[in-house]
Amino acid sequence: MALAIDIVSAVLLIGGGLFVLVGGIGVLRMPDLYTRMHAASVTDTMGALLVILGVMLQAGFTLASVKLAAILVFLLFTSPTASYALANAALLAGIKPKLDDAPADDRTGGEG
Amino acid sequence: MVTLFGIFLLTMLVIVAVAMVRAANLFVSVMLSGIFSLLMAANFFILDAADVALTEAAVGAGVSTVLFLSALALTAERDRSPQRRRWLSLAVVTVTALVVIYATFDKPILGDPNAPVHVHVAPWYLEKTPELIDIPNVVTAVLGSFRGYDTLGEVFVVFVAGIGVLSILGVHGRRTTITADELERQASLMRHHEIPQVVGKLLIPYIVLFGLYVQFHGEYGPGGGFQAGAIIAAGVILYALLEGDWRAHRVIPQPVLTGMVAGGALLYTGVGVLAMLLGGNFLDYSVLASDPVKGQQYGILAIEAGVGITVTGVLLSIFHAFAGRESH
Repeated sequence: MALAIDIVSAVLLIGGGLFVLVGGIGVLRMPDLYTRMHAASVTDTMGALLVILGVMLQAGFTLASVKLAAILVFLLFTSPTASYALANAALLAGIKPKLDDAPADDRTGGEG
Repeated sequence: MVTLFGIFLLTMLVIVAVAMVRAANLFVSVMLSGIFSLLMAANFFILDAADVALTEAAVGAGVSTVLFLSALALTAERDRSPQRRRWLSLAVVTVTALVVIYATFDKPILGDPNAPVHVHVAPWYLEKTPELIDIPNVVTAVLGSFRGYDTLGEVFVVFVAGIGVLSILGVHGRRTTITADELERQASLMRHHEIPQVVGKLLIPYIVLFGLYVQFHGEYGPGGGFQAGAIIAAGVILYALLEGDWRAHRVIPQPVLTGMVAGGALLYTGVGVLAMLLGGNFLDYSVLASDPVKGQQYGILAIEAGVGITVTGVLLSIFHAFAGRESH
């Protein structure tokens, strides 16, 4: 049982770490603010979720788990709000999303 | 593992510090200083200084970032770097850094049991706290009782800082009502912030509740007046950011804030004077109750409340002083 919990928690932690890594690479590689935010949001949601779940499994039924759950709830409330506020502020400041330069008819699978 | 984390955090600190100095845009510098404080808080935490980490996270990363941003709203966003005398500053920094690095050679190694800090008064505090004060958090016992004079001094430093900022930026005679025109203008500005407003309304009560928990749980876990004051102030500042400065002012008007700034420090000093009147020394809480241990606990509760009230009042007054300027 303990081994099973350790394995599941390790999988969750490594998965969370991978999402954070992907988010970090995305922030570096993406061309403009909005796509970068899109990449960064992966760390806030899946990254944080999986890492905290993994740590909760390690903590078991303790007060620490309750605190971790509270942190998770607060993160799930605040990070989408922060992302929204950031994107909203950028849009109000007049930053346009970078669009494909190609003519509209050349696009495949556009907004159609 | 802890060493590895420590090296990682310290390396990040150096990188962030260099980036902060090199950034020409002051907005970027402010954001980096928030990151710097958060890294520093993590650093304090792995050194087992949970109380200090909590303060650093709440004040450094939270409140001071907001204060810097509101100060930035009053000034230019770009740094004008003067080209002259650059070599002089570089020389001063280099010499100071070399002196500080040289001084660290005499510093005992981290965790050395024979370090002066571990053989001077600390063992006495650790040994006597259960007997004299009987609270689990020795940090609070040291801060509140054994070194109550130092903490009183700190509270007055905070008090003087608040008075200083207020006397420079001025306390404006505030209107508690505003014209319909201005209300409309404010509302149109706030229309874009509906989602943060809703989420903020959900979270602010919990932030204040957590502040009160940190305030009154300080005898049992990390926390106390300084941290609680910063957290509660952060909650109210969040309200001011989301709903407009004038509304936050209606919740806690400036006279109340000024009263809090002075009242907290007065409460602290008053506890000390009360101890004198009851026949003890200044800030000797043992005489506050028939049982000296209970007296110590009451005294610490009272002075921590004083600390919390002053810190909340000062932080909010400074914030309002900056934010009030913005609209003038």
